[in-house]
Amino acid sequence: MKFSTFFYTLWQGVKNIFRNKLFSLASVATISACLFLFGVFYSILANFQHIVKTAEEGVCVVVFFDEDITEERISEIGTMITKRPEVSKINYVSAEDAWNVFKDEYLGEYSDGFTENPLADCANYEIYLNDVSLQNALVTYLESVPGISEVKRSELTALTLSNANKLIGYVSLGIIGILLAVSVFLISNTVTIGIQVRKEEISIMKYIGATDYFVRAPFVIEGILIGLIGSAIPLGLIYFIYNRALNFVRDQFKVLSSLLNFLTVNEVYKMLLPVCLGIGVGIGFLGSFSTVRKHLRV
Amino acid sequence: MAFNRPKKKLMEDDEVIVLNNVSKSYQAGVQALSNINIHIKKGEFVFVVGDSGSGKSTFIKLLLRELVPTTGSIYILDYNLNKIKHRKVPKFRRNIGVVFQDFRLLKDRNVYENVAFAQRIIEVPSAQIKKNVPKVLATVGLAGKYKVKPGRLSGGEQQRVAIARALVNKPSIILADEPTGNLDPKNSMEIMKLLEEINEKGTTVIMVTHNKEIVNAMQKRVITLNKGVIISDVEKGGYNDEI
Repeated sequence: MKFSTFFYTLWQGVKNIFRNKLFSLASVATISACLFLFGVFYSILANFQHIVKTAEEGVCVVVFFDEDITEERISEIGTMITKRPEVSKINYVSAEDAWNVFKDEYLGEYSDGFTENPLADCANYEIYLNDVSLQNALVTYLESVPGISEVKRSELTALTLSNANKLIGYVSLGIIGILLAVSVFLISNTVTIGIQVRKEEISIMKYIGATDYFVRAPFVIEGILIGLIGSAIPLGLIYFIYNRALNFVRDQFKVLSSLLNFLTVNEVYKMLLPVCLGIGVGIGFLGSFSTVRKHLRV
Repeated sequence: MAFNRPKKKLMEDDEVIVLNNVSKSYQAGVQALSNINIHIKKGEFVFVVGDSGSGKSTFIKLLLRELVPTTGSIYILDYNLNKIKHRKVPKFRRNIGVVFQDFRLLKDRNVYENVAFAQRIIEVPSAQIKKNVPKVLATVGLAGKYKVKPGRLSGGEQQRVAIARALVNKPSIILADEPTGNLDPKNSMEIMKLLEEINEKGTTVIMVTHNKEIVNAMQKRVITLNKGVIISDVEKGGYNDEI
């Protein structure tokens, strides 16, 4: 293919958009609407998952040791636990640390009466998990380790968070799937109408001796450009709305925003930007390419 | 038959179109053409005449490789249309300039762009297009109207644009399907004059028509189709009144 042909087909693709303004507008509006909904859902779900993840990170399993355990064995157990795939980090709390925390939180000046550490057997590891749903597997393992006398965990919290996470995953997949299917259907329909309008032109091109590439390319470029514009519009809108909404929540619901940790727009856009552009371009490409194929054999 | 398949420059006696025992039937069982044998030499002007249902449309579609014959073989220039691969069909079609009854111009583009469109399709460089299009527009007498959109032209002028578009890629064959069908007698005769001039410069012209006056006036070779069969093939003939 010659350079001039490439630029000609590119230019024809751009011109096609303006030649059929109404259809182009309908296509852009359809993609924009679907990707706007997609973006809104994605932003909400990403924040929800972030909040759940933050909560998960606070859930830990605590292990206590046998009375006669040595410092070396405690250290060995620490190494063994760190190597487990479920574990993100562990924190060693010595008997002294435990007593100091207890004193500060509950006893204050009344602790002076204690000459010995009443929590002498309370040295422990606080184990934080990568994924809270893996808690059971880790607990089963920890209970089998010699030297560990007790494993404490928060089963209800872990179960609730794990289930919430799964539910969010399924709901987001379902919603995104439906939106994408609707988008593809609508785009395919719009492109079909656009191609029907220009069926005569395609037929002339084929009679004159246009190659399949030459016939397809402007329509495919048109589809890609429509997809690109259709995804850029909602991305711009969501960027603006998200920042406004975040500021609104922070101003109006101070309690909520102090409890929940929301994602910044840049964090959301790290994933949303490429995915949205990819979907827009992909839908435009697939919709136009498959539709043009149907009209090639004259 | 020893088919003459030119490799380079076509000579006057070279056969540019050969149909050997060509039949075409459609799935519904309709026999559109039966046992057609036609040999057309370079530079000939041939009328193909016949009533509705005579097989004229099928004949055109076969020549353009829009259809393939059910039996028999078709050779055009150095292409065997029975064996040509799909991806080679565009290149083959560049040897044939097609003119339609309904002009089939792009209404959203002006005269220049309509003609240049044909050159773009075969990837002619832009600089060359700028030279070729005005030349061919001058040939058809439309040099002064290159900026006008087809909707503002008369039927005769639109057909001239269509002829310019068919000519600009310098095809060996012009295939005109009822080119005067939508024109008044005066414009019809002007178009015929133009086609004759093109033919005199060496381009083979195949014209499908049922315009009795034109066929009789031109006194060219006339192939008459009736119900899918050739009933006459006359050199310098008139319209066959049997149909």
